[in-house]
Amino acid sequence: MLGFLIRRIIQSIFVMLTVALIAFMMFRFMGDPVNSLVAENATTEERDAVRERLGLDQPIWVQYGRFVARASTGDFGLSWRNARPVSTLLSERFPATAELVLVAAGLSLLIGIPLGILTALRPSSLSAQSLQLLSLIGISLPTFVTGILLILIFSVWLGWLPSFGRGTVIDIGWWSTGFLTVSGLKALILPSFMLCLFQLTLIMRLVRAEMMEVLRTDYIKFAKARGLTNRSINFRHALKNTLIPVITIFGLQLGGLIAFAIVTETVFQWPGMGALFIQAVSFGDVPVMAAYLVLVSLIFVIINTTVDLLYAVLDPRLRVDGTKSAH
Amino acid sequence: MTLLTVENLTVAFPGRRGTVNAIEDVTLSVSPGEILGMVGESGAGKSMTGAAIIGLIEPPGGITQGEIRLEGDRIDNLRPEAMRRIRGRKIGAIFQDPLTSLNPVLTVGEQLIETIQTHLKLSKADARERAIDWLRRVGIPAPEARIDTYPHQYSGGMRQRVVIALALCAEPRLVIADEPTTALDVSVQAQIIALLRRLARETGVAVILVTHDMGVIAETADRVAVMYAGRIVEVGSVAEVLTAPKHPYTSGLMASIPRIGPRPDVLAQIEGAMPRPNARPEGCAFAPRCPHKMDICLQQRPKLEGSEEKSVACHLIEEVSV
Ligand SMILES: Nc1ncnc2c1ncn2[C@@H]1O[C@H](COP(=O)(O)OP(=O)(O)OP(=O)(O)O)[C@@H](O)[C@H]1O
Ligand SMILES: [Mg+2]
Repeated sequence: MLGFLIRRIIQSIFVMLTVALIAFMMFRFMGDPVNSLVAENATTEERDAVRERLGLDQPIWVQYGRFVARASTGDFGLSWRNARPVSTLLSERFPATAELVLVAAGLSLLIGIPLGILTALRPSSLSAQSLQLLSLIGISLPTFVTGILLILIFSVWLGWLPSFGRGTVIDIGWWSTGFLTVSGLKALILPSFMLCLFQLTLIMRLVRAEMMEVLRTDYIKFAKARGLTNRSINFRHALKNTLIPVITIFGLQLGGLIAFAIVTETVFQWPGMGALFIQAVSFGDVPVMAAYLVLVSLIFVIINTTVDLLYAVLDPRLRVDGTKSAH
Repeated sequence: MTLLTVENLTVAFPGRRGTVNAIEDVTLSVSPGEILGMVGESGAGKSMTGAAIIGLIEPPGGITQGEIRLEGDRIDNLRPEAMRRIRGRKIGAIFQDPLTSLNPVLTVGEQLIETIQTHLKLSKADARERAIDWLRRVGIPAPEARIDTYPHQYSGGMRQRVVIALALCAEPRLVIADEPTTALDVSVQAQIIALLRRLARETGVAVILVTHDMGVIAETADRVAVMYAGRIVEVGSVAEVLTAPKHPYTSGLMASIPRIGPRPDVLAQIEGAMPRPNARPEGCAFAPRCPHKMDICLQQRPKLEGSEEKSVACHLIEEVSV
């Protein structure tokens, strides 16, 4: 287990270095940054001074090394747009995205797994059939369309829920949370539902397919032949085997949720990192874009490693515990 | 009193082109403590007969005719919950593949203890004691330690021993062993059969032993039923059926066993193939392959007739006895 962990950490470091390289290259592709830092009519001496001060006169690999060194301490420099530290900008926006993604992920599991089980256990029932159909719609409709539909129905026509923003948030240290106020919770409903819809249908269909597969296995047949109760067969014997592969997919999708959050945040004007990223793109604010890229990649890497570890914990066949098979 | 009686049992599956009978008009009985061997080529209906007895025919299939009695009471028309209580407690089952019969994410102990507690009112600690005891009885070394390990930590032969413990741990009166050694190494097959035989003697459990191995039947079974195309064609004591087969199909089966002995028989094969359930001829299903077929064989199905000692479904026999 320890060897596995070390291997994964080394892999992760390589992944992050590659991502950092891409982020670093972004600065180069955006042209000479000195142009945007000095006055239009600056002299060559003035330009060189700026260049020297920013370390831009150094060889490229030294610049990359410095970038990595600073990035690993969370320092991505100043935003080109409003000259505030990028790390401050991101940490202001991080709670909004984190809460949105968390709620969406929770909803997708909480709704997706029971619906998947239901449709697997009674595949020919009317409710299962209609859920299958609905999930097909859920999986094929673009999320911004569902978002706009949700706004139309629940905000414009019914007036029940806000169509934009986070509502009232309360600051706990540097974290601003919408969980503690009614308006904050109400504001979460539509965006998190829009965000989770795709994962929800995916998880439902996955649980259904896996569970139906598991219910056909010999060990389920043998469990039935031993007279175990249906409850135990479905929820102890079958579900555990069903959820192991589901967890992997869910973990991978969690990263996808963060990426998809960009769209949701744009539709609902949600003040998260995704919205910040879109702004940064439209202004060519490279430090913010680079920092976002690195941060999201880091989250991806952490999630994937956790999922792999969890998988090993859940599936006894992957546990390396020294006990060898006897004869 | 007989333990199990199956009378005129027919199991049908609705299909696109009408229903097909997986088994037809099957009649057999098992006495307490008896080992009934069951042989016949692939698709003859051996597993289906077992599935019907234990009440696990997969929908849309179902029993369309006949009845099954256990200790005198009908069990073929019980409600699902009542039948569930019988499975494991009165009738156990052992399947072919021990590698896939055990749940990979539960320990051997968890699976045993749950089975015991489902059927017997025992505390967890007592159930655990019993589980360890069963592992010992089926020959698992160091059962106190092995009980908390997972199936993948056992070899194939050891897993089949665990499967046997699981099938017997709630002390059923009858166990259906469907080709329990087919998936195992030849070297462990004999051990598993010997174990089954010993446990059957010790516990008095009756066994329906499905196998393709006539040698196993000869050594292990008290009686044997021969199935062909969904029907029982010959049933009787092992001595009678194996040494003096009356049905031409049984004779063919016997002749196809390679023998080591003073009279090295040529390996005789029965020509042709068993008809599929949806293409069985009107008369005797074996007639197209039968070396002794008569006109009547093509028109009329022979009935299973005879004594306790031996029954045969063949027109030849009627010819002789009339
Ligand atoms: N789900 C099903 N639907 C329709 N027919 C089926 C189904 N399952 C089995 N059958 C038919 O029932 C017949 C009996 O099958 P069964 O599995 O009992 O054979 P078997 O004697 O156990 O053969 P084997 O030696 O290969 O295990 C076969 O002809 C098969 O085609
Ligand atoms: Mg079979």
